Amino acid sequence: MLKILKYSFFDLMRSRWSYVYFAFYLLLGIVLLFLNNDLSKAVITLMNVIIVLVPLIGTIFGVMYYYNSKEFTELLLAQPLKRSSIFLGQYLGVALSLSMSLILGLGIPFVFYGLFESSAIWDFSLLLITGTFLTLIFTALAFNIALSNENKIKGFGYAILLWLFLAVIYDGLFLMTLILFEDYPLDKVSLIGTMLNPIDLSRTLILLKLDISALLGYTGAVFKQFFGTSFGLIVSFVMLTIWVVLPVLRIVFKSKKKDF
Amino acid sequence: MVIIENLHKKFGRNQVLSGVDLTITDGGIFAVLGPNGSGKTTLIKSVLGMVIPDKGTITVLGESIKKSSDYRHKIDYLPQIANFPSNLRVKELIKMIKDLRKATNEDERLIQLFKLEPFLDKKLGNLSGGTKQKVNLVLTFMFDSPLIILDEPTTGLDPISLIRLKDLIKVEKAKGKTILITSHIMSFVEEISDEIVFILEGKIYFKGSIQKLKTKTDQPDFEHAIASILTDNHA
Repeated sequence: MLKILKYSFFDLMRSRWSYVYFAFYLLLGIVLLFLNNDLSKAVITLMNVIIVLVPLIGTIFGVMYYYNSKEFTELLLAQPLKRSSIFLGQYLGVALSLSMSLILGLGIPFVFYGLFESSAIWDFSLLLITGTFLTLIFTALAFNIALSNENKIKGFGYAILLWLFLAVIYDGLFLMTLILFEDYPLDKVSLIGTMLNPIDLSRTLILLKLDISALLGYTGAVFKQFFGTSFGLIVSFVMLTIWVVLPVLRIVFKSKKKDF
Repeated sequence: MVIIENLHKKFGRNQVLSGVDLTITDGGIFAVLGPNGSGKTTLIKSVLGMVIPDKGTITVLGESIKKSSDYRHKIDYLPQIANFPSNLRVKELIKMIKDLRKATNEDERLIQLFKLEPFLDKKLGNLSGGTKQKVNLVLTFMFDSPLIILDEPTTGLDPISLIRLKDLIKVEKAKGKTILITSHIMSFVEEISDEIVFILEGKIYFKGSIQKLKTKTDQPDFEHAIASILTDNHA
């Protein structure tokens, strides 16, 4: 698996898109620091961008890479390699190169701005960790979609829909349910609702750490009340890990049964 | 060498293989023939583990292929259409495959044989179909495995390369290897193969020597013998 990971990783590192992605984050970091003139405020703005953008890039990149490397995959399948190592290697190659673009792209401007002397260092690290989690989750989901759909257009369509659903529509539906059933106790429902969406979960996680109650919203407030800050952090991390593990297991399972 | 028992495979509603029983003995060149869509590639891909059969068992060199992927160390496979990652250079691809399988020095001789030296630093996406096929051949023949599977090896090759390919196949055969070939070029099949396996509608229709096929169909030459099977079954 490590060999496949190495080849996928270097293949992506040589492609233009990794640099575009890296450059984008670099620019974003610089602009935000310049405009906010304050590390903590920049972290909050950054969170809003990361939470929507990272899943989108992870999904699109994952689907694109899978379809583009079809030939490479077929070449590998005829070699004495396990299927699970081929697909996990490719998945990790994509996810890690994306995470690296994110971490380096945002990290470099913040480090130069004086991150290490600032109190925002933990908030910023948490932001990057969440970003990495989101990359791992959405790349895995994208691989799942691509594995299940031979048709590229369909695959891309489903991938975009997935992102749209989790990033935008889910929140709307969630809010509507809360309004519709406002006469009932909704603490548990909203807790579960938050956990079932990795994007909401990440947002709550970061806001809990930043301790900005004004931005927490209803679910965040329930979360905090229910778990408290530190336990809440642990619970959300566990949930995010489950969100990575389940799609990855399905990649292994699905790839074993697929015909090429 | 290869034992296939009661192999079934369906793609959606399309039943491609319906009960294939085939035993490939050690040594010799076997040609798998059949009309388009008869299941030749599916059969080969099942042996390679790329297609998962619905029913049936496949044993390669005494090992069931379901257990592990290690048996593929003993197979050299030439895929039908040489689709390689287009941003890789020829040299890098050869190095990568060697890294994934095992070290070998055979590639240098094969590169010389197919005159590929000028293309080593070119990207695979920029190569012509025939050149890609030559790279494909180098990748296949550089490992010294007892079983060689060639899916349409002649595609896109110029006459000189075709002669070199035939010589190469004959040399491998002389070493006592088993070679499975699919091809639509009947003259090529007639020249090199020892035995014919004819697939029709997902089943083995005929297995035996070319001479036996000619007697069975009562035709004087090989091409007509094949054609007569097809017309008898489809007309």
